[in-house]
Amino acid sequence: MGVRTKGWRSPRRITLFLGRLFLQGCRAVWRWLRSIRWRSWGFVAPALTLIAFFLVYPTVMTVARSFFGRGTTLFGPTVEFVGLRNWTYVFTNPVMLTALRNNALWAVLFTACTVGFGLVLAVMLDRVRYERLVKSIIFIPAAISMVGASVVWKFVYAYKPADLNQIGVLNAIVVAFGGEPVGWLIQRPWINNLCLIVVGIWMWTGFCMVILSAAYKNIPKPLLEAARIDGATEWRVFRNIILPLLAPTAAVVATTMVVQVLKIFDIIFVMTNGNYSTEVIANRMYKEMFNFFNYGRASALAVVLLILIVPFMILNIRRFAAQEGGR
Amino acid sequence: MNPRKLIAKTPLHLTILVFAAIWIIPTLGLLITSFRDPANIAGSGWWTVFPKLFSGGQFSLENYIGVLRGEGLTRSFLNSLFISVPATAISTFIASFAAFGFAWMRFNGRKILFMLLVGLMVIPLQMTFIPILPIYSKLKLAGTFPGIWLAHTAYGLPLTTYLVHNFMAGIPKDLFDSASIDGASPFMTFWRIVIPISVPALASVFIFQFLWIWNDLLVALVYLSARPNVAPLTVSIANLVTNRGQDWELLTAAAFVSMALPLVVFFSLQRYFVRGILAGSVKG
Repeated sequence: MGVRTKGWRSPRRITLFLGRLFLQGCRAVWRWLRSIRWRSWGFVAPALTLIAFFLVYPTVMTVARSFFGRGTTLFGPTVEFVGLRNWTYVFTNPVMLTALRNNALWAVLFTACTVGFGLVLAVMLDRVRYERLVKSIIFIPAAISMVGASVVWKFVYAYKPADLNQIGVLNAIVVAFGGEPVGWLIQRPWINNLCLIVVGIWMWTGFCMVILSAAYKNIPKPLLEAARIDGATEWRVFRNIILPLLAPTAAVVATTMVVQVLKIFDIIFVMTNGNYSTEVIANRMYKEMFNFFNYGRASALAVVLLILIVPFMILNIRRFAAQEGGR
Repeated sequence: MNPRKLIAKTPLHLTILVFAAIWIIPTLGLLITSFRDPANIAGSGWWTVFPKLFSGGQFSLENYIGVLRGEGLTRSFLNSLFISVPATAISTFIASFAAFGFAWMRFNGRKILFMLLVGLMVIPLQMTFIPILPIYSKLKLAGTFPGIWLAHTAYGLPLTTYLVHNFMAGIPKDLFDSASIDGASPFMTFWRIVIPISVPALASVFIFQFLWIWNDLLVALVYLSARPNVAPLTVSIANLVTNRGQDWELLTAAAFVSMALPLVVFFSLQRYFVRGILAGSVKG
């Protein structure tokens, strides 16, 4: 004889209650599903899925991986936790310090020269009739690969002993003026790094020029004419009118250049592979991954790049937000 | 023009001339060298061809035949095409959907997500390789074309979506109102109205992305190095530099093979190319 429970604890009541709860839940989920704008999400879902898998998830995991040791798996029994060891390595090892120094050198010289030359060319070319031709010439390197550009310049820097004919343009000029041929890519630490940075400048000046030129042509010409009629010299027109008006665009271009140059890889990889004190962070990271099979250190190096780039990321987002607000 | 003005302008012309010379001489040297005989390349500078430029016998296509047949660059050229064309098409396609969604559809979190996208435009790709590589080898995507298509598509999406979005956001709202009055669904509006209007913007994004992928070295090294027979031109040439660093007849010809297509694209579609650059930066 089973015990019949009366009142609210009777099985029938409980079943009813749970049933109702379940129905309520279903209805809530259904309402929630209907409230989602499926058609809106449908448009962005493929892109967001790919971005989540290829950019967001790996970023989180790489940060975590930088606290773990060598090996070529993400995590697993063979990968041990090493705390900050990769980080102390990155900021104390001599090769790493060279890489950090070179990245700084690249960031300063490359950005200053690309933006500076771009600005000068944009203003100068506006005054000659063959503007389009020269612009095309300066811009061509932006269309070719860094690998191609590296071969082009490796040939410019080619070295032959003094008793042979020089086949590289640069050494031919040096010898013609009575000098000794120079091993441009071997003379450490400044000549070879400068020679590599020149390749980067050669590739990216055209990009800066095109953007700054477009901005320059937007400046109302009567403004400049008025200043000239009032007796301002060309230098003062440039310094006091053109430069302030172009400054916002130049700042945008400069941030783009810094972001590009922090990640610089191809030129170093092809021309010196980081030998003779020309190492940079990205090339070192590649070596740690594929030559030394140390995903821990490689992750730490990648995170260094990320940390250097985060300020520019925030800058971009804030600039975008301001632009949206003004729309 | 009067003589005084001409003299005043001489420094200007000279400076521009120096710039133009520095920018064209390296490429010119490469081009001339690629047509010269190996013995001549090693023995004398490429500028020595000029005194007897038209006497003949100095130039031949031997080096090109050498790299395309002997060094297998024909294969690499086709690989480069087979990597960049589908990857560019897929990413432009997906980006145009996303751009429309972000520009004209309303949903929760739209603003936050788009800001995330703007931030991700500059993320170093180095942050992504280590977690993806093990997944790729498990899924057997490492060293395959679909694998690198997907990677390039994803890496390009933030910038391409942003560029197309900038264009689509500028389409007048009236167009959408009249379309919805006519009973068109969002998809029909997108497909029949927005896409045809956006063709110029899509073209410049396509060219941009195509050149980026064609010229890419790093992503190909990371995801394709498992199988050398799928290597694109950039990877093959980087290997040539490592293994045959002094064989300039091979290197110059190979480099020019890799530059040929971007140069053709650049000269025939310069307008779109420049427009793409300006859309990305000046609007900021």
